[in-house]
Amino acid sequence: MLNPQLNKNGELQHLLTIEGLPKAVVTHILDTASSFVGVSDRDVKKVPLMRGKSVFNLFFENSTRTRTTFEIAAKRLSADVINLNIAASSTSKGESLLDTIDNLAAMHADMFVVRHAQSGAPYLIARHLIDSGQQHVHVVNAGDGRHAHPTQGLLDMYTIRHYKKDFTNLIVAVVGDILHSRVARSDIHGLTTLGVPEVRAVGPRTLLPEGLEQMGVRVCTSMEEGLKGADVVIMLRLQNERMSGALLPSAQEFFKSYGLTPERLALAKPDAIVMHPGPMNRGVEIDSAVADGAQAVILPQVTFGIAVRMAVMSILSGSAKVF
Amino acid sequence: MRKPPPSFCSNILTIMPNLDFDAEALYKILAQRVKTGLAHVENVALVGIYSGGAWLAERLADELQLKDRLGFIDVSFYRDDYAEKGLHAEVKPTRIPFDVDGATVVLVDDVLYTGRTTRAAINELFDYGRPARIMLAALVDRGGRELPIAADFVADTVSLPNDRQLVLQRADDGRLSLTVDHA
Repeated sequence: MLNPQLNKNGELQHLLTIEGLPKAVVTHILDTASSFVGVSDRDVKKVPLMRGKSVFNLFFENSTRTRTTFEIAAKRLSADVINLNIAASSTSKGESLLDTIDNLAAMHADMFVVRHAQSGAPYLIARHLIDSGQQHVHVVNAGDGRHAHPTQGLLDMYTIRHYKKDFTNLIVAVVGDILHSRVARSDIHGLTTLGVPEVRAVGPRTLLPEGLEQMGVRVCTSMEEGLKGADVVIMLRLQNERMSGALLPSAQEFFKSYGLTPERLALAKPDAIVMHPGPMNRGVEIDSAVADGAQAVILPQVTFGIAVRMAVMSILSGSAKVF
Repeated sequence: MRKPPPSFCSNILTIMPNLDFDAEALYKILAQRVKTGLAHVENVALVGIYSGGAWLAERLADELQLKDRLGFIDVSFYRDDYAEKGLHAEVKPTRIPFDVDGATVVLVDDVLYTGRTTRAAINELFDYGRPARIMLAALVDRGGRELPIAADFVADTVSLPNDRQLVLQRADDGRLSLTVDHA
């Protein structure tokens, strides 16, 4: 099947999801990111790769953090960045999503970074650009609904590789609200693509989606089972804003059964690392003692995230114009 | 099986000059010239351009006792053909572990050709600071410059047609070899 993310040469043209990406493409992104890490340590935190290119941040759903990391990444590549607060602009006047895209493309956009509450919105945009002969414009998915958050998934893979070197002997536990989490889906696809032999999804039945086994994941409904012997623990944010109905009794109840405390973390390997995509709810999914503890690599994740996004943007922007 | 006519063979031989390079011998010449040239220069540092130049710079640093003044540059983020060719498949991290401000930085490359790699390396270096001086050492200058750039130290100068490329390789035991390939 044709992968709409890849051009005829098999190069990455758009980044919509990690699912279905060849392992070589994922590895290439991680390798490239490691060269960008040093750029942010320099006095001049910029390289000229995307000089003269215009990157439009289209955030149909609010996220100051993610938008900022994309903005920093684009600026460190010397691109011009335009942030559109879509919620407060044209769509509220009734313009359709694709009309907005055509208008911005007419302003000679080179790349769209798209965050949308609807799963599949970045795919729709990429498809539209391809169908309307505007293939030279790239799309990066910055999170769509419950579907995917590929750059977060990639930065998590980068972080794991940084600390653990090899994926092929790891036990990785993804813990919490997996049902609502696009990060969990992207992480699971990344981990299985890179050859992690055991990926566990840990949470209450009500927050575990169906079909996890088919993704090659071991489902655990208790923290004891899920954390035992783990090398990596990825905590997820409890997404209260996406909850409808009685999925959980309360946040306090959740912490009692699934919060990551030092006692529970002790079940994992002694050198296990603890990750979290942020923003953290202390006392809900993670205890402060763990979040601030020696095993947490939550802030390095943020730092690596800039380099990974620089890698993605520069690889997309440099891909051959063959369609 | 028919042999190709003899005239065909002799033609090839007359077109291609004798290109037997002894990379080890060339390195010795280069090292001597760099050593002599830098004898009275202070605050010297070496920066090898990946990959061939990095191997040469490593050896030079050993010989000149500049191991703590050795850096490496991968010019991928500064290339001028990124728009056409995209990012290199294997980008290596640039590492400049010394203070560039006020230093005399000797860029080390294996082959000097169009000068575009040197241009990219100079630009990258300036994002680390303001060197007092930048010099260029290359194993071979093969002509074909497209920018006003010249080497300060070079072991050999040859003229090669555009469809050939000079490739420096390093064996497991560290020995260098230089071969001519089709570009």
